[in-house]
Amino acid sequence: MEKRVTFSNTWLAAALILPQMLLVFVFFYWPTGEALYWAFTLERPFGGGNEWVGLYNFEGVFGDPKYWSSVRVSMIFAIAATVLSLVIAVLMALFVDRRLPGHQVYKFTFFLPYALAAPAVGLAFRFIFSPDAGFVSAINQFFPGLWNPALDGFDALLLIILAQAWSLVGYNFIFFLAALQSIPRTMSEAGAMDGAGVMRRMWDLQLPLITPTLFFLIVINITDSFVNSFGIVDITTGGGPARATDLMVYKIYTDGFQGKDYSLAAAQSIVLMVLIVALTFIQFRFIERRVHYT
Amino acid sequence: MIERTPVLDFITQTILVLSLVALLMPLWVVFVAASHDYQTVNQVPMPLWPGSHLFENLSAAWAAGNFDRVMLNSVIVAVGVTAGKICIAALSAFSIVYFSYRLRMLLFWLIFITLMLPLEVRIVPTYAVAANALGPFEAILNAIGISIRLPEWNLLNSYSGLILPLVATATGTFLYRQFFMTIPDELAEAAKMDGSGPLRFFFEVLLPLSKTNMAALATIMFVWSWNQYLWPLLIVTDHANYATATMQLQKVVPGPLFGAPPIWNTAMAANLIVLTPPVLVTILLQRWFVRGLISTDK
Repeated sequence: MEKRVTFSNTWLAAALILPQMLLVFVFFYWPTGEALYWAFTLERPFGGGNEWVGLYNFEGVFGDPKYWSSVRVSMIFAIAATVLSLVIAVLMALFVDRRLPGHQVYKFTFFLPYALAAPAVGLAFRFIFSPDAGFVSAINQFFPGLWNPALDGFDALLLIILAQAWSLVGYNFIFFLAALQSIPRTMSEAGAMDGAGVMRRMWDLQLPLITPTLFFLIVINITDSFVNSFGIVDITTGGGPARATDLMVYKIYTDGFQGKDYSLAAAQSIVLMVLIVALTFIQFRFIERRVHYT
Repeated sequence: MIERTPVLDFITQTILVLSLVALLMPLWVVFVAASHDYQTVNQVPMPLWPGSHLFENLSAAWAAGNFDRVMLNSVIVAVGVTAGKICIAALSAFSIVYFSYRLRMLLFWLIFITLMLPLEVRIVPTYAVAANALGPFEAILNAIGISIRLPEWNLLNSYSGLILPLVATATGTFLYRQFFMTIPDELAEAAKMDGSGPLRFFFEVLLPLSKTNMAALATIMFVWSWNQYLWPLLIVTDHANYATATMQLQKVVPGPLFGAPPIWNTAMAANLIVLTPPVLVTILLQRWFVRGLISTDK
């Protein structure tokens, strides 16, 4: 951890780290503190500072069925998108790792979706799944009205889940493939010598060995679904229809910037922050300690 | 491979080809839709082969989205954020690793914890800070008894507002710290013995050694900052002068799903314009991109 050789000019050291600390203070710690302050206060109607209201804002948040529906939708969204993209990515990585002819092509192409901005993904999926153009609407010619994400909440939620899963598949694939390639070939060969077929080796040998990566990706994917989904929702559904896709981040945005209710938005931010901190904590503590096979 | 499994090989190849098609399908659809005229693009199902109107759609979208100005803005922001992140990360990691002072572990943790506070969960107060970036200092000075009015520094509608809040970087600092830890102590010893000061050591030994790291970090950060959406959307109200490329996507489609159907061919052409730079960067600098992804973990 420690370097044996260090320089002793403390003023220089302070000057070098100062820019980072200033940015971190102004744009991370101060706003976070302010969010806490706003969450426990209310602005007086005719100005004159904020009034301490205790847990009033949190009661407002938790007493609101709209908030719980937003939490429920966020959970469904995060879990469904995570499971979908992890399963597809791990299958693809396992198959690419068999190194059949042409496997290099996949290495170069599978991660492309990750390069796209969330709103770009959203726009593409909105077109493909739109009720009156694109592809999926073709089923409406046989079953009129079966697919309409503009009216049907389930369809809209499915649309953003697919978009999010698609945008994460490439990222997960890279990590799974890197993990698989770090397994020594001799291990697979030993398995084969003992009579384990390809599928058996995947299930009993490769999958257990990449569990640390799997758990790491679960946390990253869920966090990403909570945090980065704004772009997708904003371009495709705008939280509708009838709040069926009103994810937590999107609700904070609409309450804070369109509803101008800073205290309500701040209280929701605090809840989300606690959630993200908990997830990060799990990632650092639990996963790195418990899941360790090497 | 180790054994012959023709049936399984066939299944594997089929699944891989199918998933490749499924994965690239949305990109292909964007391209195809951008190349048809209004009537063709609204057919259901849409043709799968590109038409002949690509360039007129692109130029229509380019003009409609004011992309002359917007692309320049995005390049400025992405390059600014990337360069800023790398400079700041390298400098602060250098300070933490190569100097011994009491606060350095505390400072490192203060930087590291910001990982848990992504922009999305603190948008409302960060926006308030951006409206007056010197506000926090004024409040603190006033709190400790120095009554002073600092000038207002409004970051809304400015390049500094688009860049600065995105520059602070925990992952970059962490990456550089890890890298500096692997550099043998003998190098610093030799440099000291030859009479080099810390800055000279940093610029002539550490920076050249960290070129690989820098390239990996730069590709990933460029793509990341090009793709930023929520923050520019908040901080820019003067769309004619400061809009970034991703923001324009909101303009090419009318409201969310309801109301008039979008003009899909120009909307997709605009999407094509916006997604091309990051896609090109990842394809051309693929080696660095993948390396950066795996080493920054986020």
